[in-house]
Amino acid sequence: MQGYIYPNEFELHWGLLIVVYPYLTGLVAGAFILASLARVFNVREVQPTYRLSLLTALAFLVAAPLPLLAHLGHPERSFEIFLTPNLRSAMAMFGFVYAWYLMVVLVLEIWFDYRKELVVWSRGAVGPLALIRRLLALGANDLSEQALRFDRRAGKLITIIGIPSAFLLHGYVGFIFGSVKANPWWSSVLMPVVFLFSAMVSGIALMLLLYVVINLLRFKPVDMVCTDKLAAFLFYALVVDFSLEMLDFTQRLYEAEESIKILSQMLASRLVVSLILLQVLMGTIVPLAALALVAPTFRRAALAKVPDELRRLVYVIVVVLVQIGIFSTRWNVVIGGQLFSKSLRGLTTYKVELLGIEGILMAAAILLLPLVVLYLLIKVLPPWQEAEVEIHPPAAGAVPAPASP
Amino acid sequence: MADERAPSGKPIPARAAPPLPHDRRAFLKACVAAGAAPLVSGMVVAQEPAAPAEGPRYDPREHYYGMGVDVDKCIGCGRCADACKAENNVPRDSHHFRTWVERYVIREDGETDVDSPNGGIEGFPERGGEGGALRTFFVPKLCNHCANPPCVQVCPVGATFTTEDGVVLVDEDWCIGCRYCIQACPYGARFLHPTRHTAEKCTFCYHRLVQGLMPACVEVCPTGARIFGEVQRRSSPLARFMRFNQMSVLKPHLNTDPKVFYANLDGQVR
Repeated sequence: MQGYIYPNEFELHWGLLIVVYPYLTGLVAGAFILASLARVFNVREVQPTYRLSLLTALAFLVAAPLPLLAHLGHPERSFEIFLTPNLRSAMAMFGFVYAWYLMVVLVLEIWFDYRKELVVWSRGAVGPLALIRRLLALGANDLSEQALRFDRRAGKLITIIGIPSAFLLHGYVGFIFGSVKANPWWSSVLMPVVFLFSAMVSGIALMLLLYVVINLLRFKPVDMVCTDKLAAFLFYALVVDFSLEMLDFTQRLYEAEESIKILSQMLASRLVVSLILLQVLMGTIVPLAALALVAPTFRRAALAKVPDELRRLVYVIVVVLVQIGIFSTRWNVVIGGQLFSKSLRGLTTYKVELLGIEGILMAAAILLLPLVVLYLLIKVLPPWQEAEVEIHPPAAGAVPAPASP
Repeated sequence: MADERAPSGKPIPARAAPPLPHDRRAFLKACVAAGAAPLVSGMVVAQEPAAPAEGPRYDPREHYYGMGVDVDKCIGCGRCADACKAENNVPRDSHHFRTWVERYVIREDGETDVDSPNGGIEGFPERGGEGGALRTFFVPKLCNHCANPPCVQVCPVGATFTTEDGVVLVDEDWCIGCRYCIQACPYGARFLHPTRHTAEKCTFCYHRLVQGLMPACVEVCPTGARIFGEVQRRSSPLARFMRFNQMSVLKPHLNTDPKVFYANLDGQVR
């Protein structure tokens, strides 16, 4: 503690779990936006990641409310957000935005996208997997050309609705912080926008990482055209994200409002590692430089010609750095916003505990859970292109077995 | 005697408040006898005043409360913070306060030192040799019961609300403990109760108001630095205080419209 803080500010109210929450929803929104790129804007290069992105978004979305729930003083009352929402509260909208996104957008889109395969895979097959797939198909077994066309059109429509929904989901998370006028570190109209672009950055980086790692684990070749395109998108998103953050920073510095003194002190003493080193340097500038050098960002060819294996390695390092950087961004927003007193006269500290409901182990468990969910989803709904089923209406009986994931 | 008067300072109008028992022991006994255990919960009291069945019910529409603080009168004794803790069963540690007293020392070099050791309950230690003091003063702090309260706006389930008589309360049976209200309060006036895990704050001693009593902090202040009462009733001591002093509120730029009004407030106070 340094200077004066209000007595009630001794305890930090939003801890590590609330850092994890926007990080998770960011990954959801980012992965979904990437999937939409493939679908709506027909970016063929990233097609191999389309279904994987949808499943990833779903897996992370399932885990997203858990940190919130674990953080509540009375989790058993959480349903009140649905039953008696205060319509003037940004947070009360969580339930509705979440339910809309989960049920209407993601689950529906995945269902329409996989319906054909679900029917084909479960037809004539036995065992628990086939049973699950038969249940998931919800009794819809029409494989006529007309039905398949409807699937495609419905899927596309949902994706088109889904893009603004993904923006809404994460923009809304930014708004939760950006609308707190009591907190000069949070209160910024740019907050939802910065959250959105950092979501895209983290989502694209996650999909690049998952795509490379999963293919290596499956001993399948990595499609470098796809990773190059993902790397290029990651670069663009990083540029926009970083520009917005710098704009926010410059604006604050230039306006130099009442809070500038304490915020500068906080930056110089409490956030050196997490903001300057991890978020800006390692999480943004190094990845930007590396991508500008080896990825085909500006022209069709990269600035430096690098063999595929090395480029892949650079990509993997870059996306890991980007993930660390984005996690630090969330940390700097959530924790940074509570390290200074609202009296603007003092700084406090945050010590993360290891055990306990808001500790590191809990946070790690919540961060790993989506990967477990994703593994299960992949088992049931293999997202690989070779598992996809081509159907010509008369030959609906030709049933290729799903590739083992 | 304060306990013979309504919060407005006026003698209690017969229809506005219940008849008052004269000593505290009798009063408490009467409460217990009336099965008024939930007295501590502002919400329950608001709906069902613990007035004797034959007495007139408390009508919140007849009141609109605020508090005045005369900074020049505060001597930093911390009795208010202590009485608040006793009256409202606030945790006795030094990190949970519904009201507290800050000491400001404006040094000759222009710097400002602020402290509030244990909320001022044990008084303030002598200052060391940090240079001469230009001005020193004490500032009592509490929930401002804003007319435009950001805490009420952000509460996702509507567990924190403004009563008709202008008091911001928390329903501890409804609060989910998300702590958004604590983040939204610009004044650090809220905390999470360490065992109940719900948001907590000053209630203006609502359980006392409905009995026609003053908030505990007002009652114990030896110098009359806290003036409680009706904001809008011209004859109330608060209205008079506001007429004869220049009023300031804390952080006016945030447009929260506080109903705790300070007289003789230094610009250094945040």
